[in-house]
Amino acid sequence: MIETDWILGLAGGLMIGVAAAVFLLVNGRIMGASGLIGGLADRSGWGNAGERVAFLAGLVAVPAVMVLLVPAFTGTDTNITGNFAAIIAGGLLVGLGTRLANGCTSGHGVCGISRFSLRGIVATVFYLLAGGISVVLLKHLLGVI
Amino acid sequence: MYRNLFAFIAGGIFGAGLLVSGMTNTDKVQGWLDVFGDWDPTLAFVLGGAIIPMAIAWQFANRRARSALGTDLPGKPDPRLGHNLVIGSVLFGAGWGIVGLCPGPAIASISYGGLGGLVFLIAMLAGMLAAPPVRKGIDRMAAA
Repeated sequence: MIETDWILGLAGGLMIGVAAAVFLLVNGRIMGASGLIGGLADRSGWGNAGERVAFLAGLVAVPAVMVLLVPAFTGTDTNITGNFAAIIAGGLLVGLGTRLANGCTSGHGVCGISRFSLRGIVATVFYLLAGGISVVLLKHLLGVI
Repeated sequence: MYRNLFAFIAGGIFGAGLLVSGMTNTDKVQGWLDVFGDWDPTLAFVLGGAIIPMAIAWQFANRRARSALGTDLPGKPDPRLGHNLVIGSVLFGAGWGIVGLCPGPAIASISYGGLGGLVFLIAMLAGMLAAPPVRKGIDRMAAA
């Protein structure tokens, strides 16, 4: 049984990999979303701020245009929770954690695993485990999300 | 100039890929993490699909001294793990589970993520700004 969502996942995943490949081979940089925006936030990456801003502009603009103009994507919803305490706690943890770990799903996951980086693999194991425990705990045991 | 242009193109393809793959849909991400619920394997296809072109790209990059635009390529991966990698990844994973957004999709969905998406992004930036002092504190405790 193959579902449409899996094929879309694979197609979208290939696009993410192509984006990371372009950023590596053309710009010479690792495509890590948390590092790109984090370096702007804490000024540690202001040396190549233009490149970072351009990347983030594309990252925001293309989905915005697709959701506006491409019929298959109009009305896309993130289905984000309405619980703002959860949103703030989650955002703080994601921001703090990715900067402490020097990477997130794109940097450690996509770019790290694909070159067998031990740090990328270890990070991915721990954030997947913590994510699974967090959902199971909050949803099934506490019923808050 | 070309660096910014190709950064914009890479960011755009990344954003399109996140939208197409369903990774800006928090239900799908939490569905993947929810191993005791109605488990959704989509994320495995996304990560697997993304790793294939990137693994090929690394093979090219490893044989070259410089990028196409003449900039330095990343050095060899750092073999040191360290406590910050583990602590940070656990905190990140916990937050990822609570809301179902990681940094890439949080940025990509800002135009259609509503107030919740905006608040998440602001909280994420605040968490990022808190990281340098927290890192110092963790290092001090680890050294003691």
